[in-house]
Amino acid sequence: MSNPQHLQYTKEHEWLTATENGVSTVGITAHAADALGDIVYVQLPEVGDDVTAGESCGELESTKSVSDLFSPVTGKIVEINQDVVDDNSLVNSAPFEGGWLFKVQVESTDELLSADEYTAFIGG
Amino acid sequence: MSSLRLTALDALHRALGATMTDFAGWDMPLRYGSEREEHLAVRTRAGLFDLSHMGEITVTGPQAGEMLDHALVGFVSALGVLRARYTMICAENGGILDDLIVYRLREDAFLVVANASNAQLVLDELIARAKGFDAVVTDDRDTYALIAVQGPESTAILAGTTDADLPGLKYYAILPAQVAGRDVLLARTGYTGEDGFEVFCNPGDAEAIWQALTAAGEGHGLVPCGLSCRDTLRLEAGMPLYGHELSTDLTPFDAGLGRVVRFDKTTNEGAFIGRKALEKAAAEAEANPPRVLVGLVSEGKRVPRAEYTVVSADGAPIGRITSGAPSPTLGKPIAIAYVDAAHAAPGTTVAVDVRGKHEPVQVVALPFYKRAR
Repeated sequence: MSNPQHLQYTKEHEWLTATENGVSTVGITAHAADALGDIVYVQLPEVGDDVTAGESCGELESTKSVSDLFSPVTGKIVEINQDVVDDNSLVNSAPFEGGWLFKVQVESTDELLSADEYTAFIGG
Repeated sequence: MSSLRLTALDALHRALGATMTDFAGWDMPLRYGSEREEHLAVRTRAGLFDLSHMGEITVTGPQAGEMLDHALVGFVSALGVLRARYTMICAENGGILDDLIVYRLREDAFLVVANASNAQLVLDELIARAKGFDAVVTDDRDTYALIAVQGPESTAILAGTTDADLPGLKYYAILPAQVAGRDVLLARTGYTGEDGFEVFCNPGDAEAIWQALTAAGEGHGLVPCGLSCRDTLRLEAGMPLYGHELSTDLTPFDAGLGRVVRFDKTTNEGAFIGRKALEKAAAEAEANPPRVLVGLVSEGKRVPRAEYTVVSADGAPIGRITSGAPSPTLGKPIAIAYVDAAHAAPGTTVAVDVRGKHEPVQVVALPFYKRAR
């Protein structure tokens, strides 16, 4: 699956949208979801939590492993995707769409990758 | 660093889009799509597995049976021709070196199947233990590819590729047969908790047999399955996995599998490697049971995983998880654990330390899943 051009990416395999009124939407990439396999548990930060770029803010469990969810930005959580909490398979089936994880009021970002840079990073 | 070994079906796996993984030095299919769907296919229809990493060793000769009675804990010479048995090879101190399936192919020929991770060790041990016996140990790891069809539809699927008497082939039996016109050893064994078959074939015939089984499986819901679902299938079925439930630090009695140790063997005057230590282990297990292997079921969503600590209601460590996974059949996380005997009764509520948080779990009797017969 190709990585949408309108998103930005991290080397921890998260994506985020350009900010709209200061808010970005965050998820994990199709490459990450595919590498993890079936997601069986999603622990997201809570609305109002402060998150820091590059630091763990949640967990994704698959059949085989537990992975930290890293925040791609520093800011405050304004919304989480309850659909994904209720149906973890959305992360596998629609990682760039219905499988988004949370929305964050962005204060600052670390260095992010373009779609082409991320595609090159994962060896695609 | 040596490169990974490839099975005879490697090109097929790649064409099927498998996610591959290093398993004991072999590049093996982990899953082709969703491991959950593969698991459920085996429970309800059928799955097709490449198990060519398993280690085949043949023992032949007039004293092959006596030699295996000496080398293994089982009563191998008492096995009927074309029957199979689950057994173990132990060290002199009683520690488990590997768990094995032994098939008796003829009066004077046995096929020993070892775990990939232990195959070299088992081979070396069998060669050493054969000294003084009129028996020859042969490394047949490259002689066979191994393909399994597992699940309730497996008989119907196999029937489309062979004239062999499948209803006559009992559980834990083996038969020289033809599948897809190729000579194979066809065994009714498996590691999934379902009815199923394992096909030992020439590696050069493996692709043709896989393709024929795939074609015969159309209409029966057969899907290719990777090692990921094999692990959750065996876990639900309560079957031990070497390196998890079994290790050199444990005797068969520690693992609750003392029944595989046959002190009643009549060959070699009852002597076998590990006997003295195992008699002691059996007595200790009777008088002062060590930790007990139990099942755990969680009501939460977080998965108790291997090496996590089991704690009592007041938070004291009482055990250790050996395997854990989300169970597709139960829809809940399950685990196998060694826990102190005082907390091992089914129905006991204990907890698992899941990365610092104590998740309540209930002790249950193994297996988690048993197929209806």
